Amino acid sequence: MSDIFKVGTYEFTSRLIVGSGKYKDFQTTKDATEASEAEMITVAVRRVNITDMGKESLLDYIDPKKYTILPNTAGCFNADDAVRTLRLAREAGGWDLVKLEVLGDTETLYPNVVETIKAADTLVAEGFQVMVYTNDDPIVARRLEELGCVAVMPLGNPIGSGRGLANPFNIRVIKQRANVPIVVDAGIGTASDAAKSLELGADAVLINTAIAEANDACMMAHAMRDAVRAGRLAYLAGRMPKRAFASASSPTEGYIWD
Amino acid sequence: MQIQLNGDTTQVAAINLTDLVTELGLDQRMIAIERNMEVVPKSTYNATMLEENDRIELVHMIGGG
Repeated sequence: MSDIFKVGTYEFTSRLIVGSGKYKDFQTTKDATEASEAEMITVAVRRVNITDMGKESLLDYIDPKKYTILPNTAGCFNADDAVRTLRLAREAGGWDLVKLEVLGDTETLYPNVVETIKAADTLVAEGFQVMVYTNDDPIVARRLEELGCVAVMPLGNPIGSGRGLANPFNIRVIKQRANVPIVVDAGIGTASDAAKSLELGADAVLINTAIAEANDACMMAHAMRDAVRAGRLAYLAGRMPKRAFASASSPTEGYIWD
Repeated sequence: MQIQLNGDTTQVAAINLTDLVTELGLDQRMIAIERNMEVVPKSTYNATMLEENDRIELVHMIGGG
């Protein structure tokens, strides 16, 4: 069955997007990413440490020819810094598909929606294909779509919290009203959270901490891969209705005592 | 020449950005450079001359969500 995940001008078969942060080493990053069968991976943009560069870099392990690199703006708290960061990323690797996140404070890492909208406006005008991290507010989601973002990525719960979907109903509402892909970004803690997201209709999920902080990152990457597939199939299959009372699974006629 | 390199006052011998990248041993890395708040296209590194107290940001990709 062909079930392509389209984002802007890009096409993917995997609906799992992974992050590359928090891993214990580059080899584990590589192994877990391969296990996830994700095709898109987020990276952060930071100053090169001039005095201690290290022999290797992330991109020695994550091949930009094999994966779609999705530069992020993690750590940005205003629109200007986010725009600067992504301009640099585009120059570094030629990447135009980007993850915009503008944060509100360091404790919650909730998005600063006002600055996010400002940055999205500028980036879209400059030709970026913007996948935008936001809260689970259907009004804001629609606004970001109208601005020209190619995907809207509502949080399930705060970044790195692993608490799953705080407000599944909003994810569904956002999806039902959207004409661009909806990606649940942040909050996924384990496989069932990922499956649930896809079951609700989310087009994809973005997962970092849940894989990187698992005791066995590769095994969790497998679990996420399968959960995303299961959730997507369940969504496409169309689930049965929920009922208040039982509905017998075996025929209610032809009993031997009749 | 003295420049502000990634936030630190630094003495460099380089006169343009191509030289700077070589001087720092970054030829083989996937990097990007901002000079005085403007991103510099790689194709113009040679023509981009460093000036005293330039603010240079030199970035690369690291792990992140």
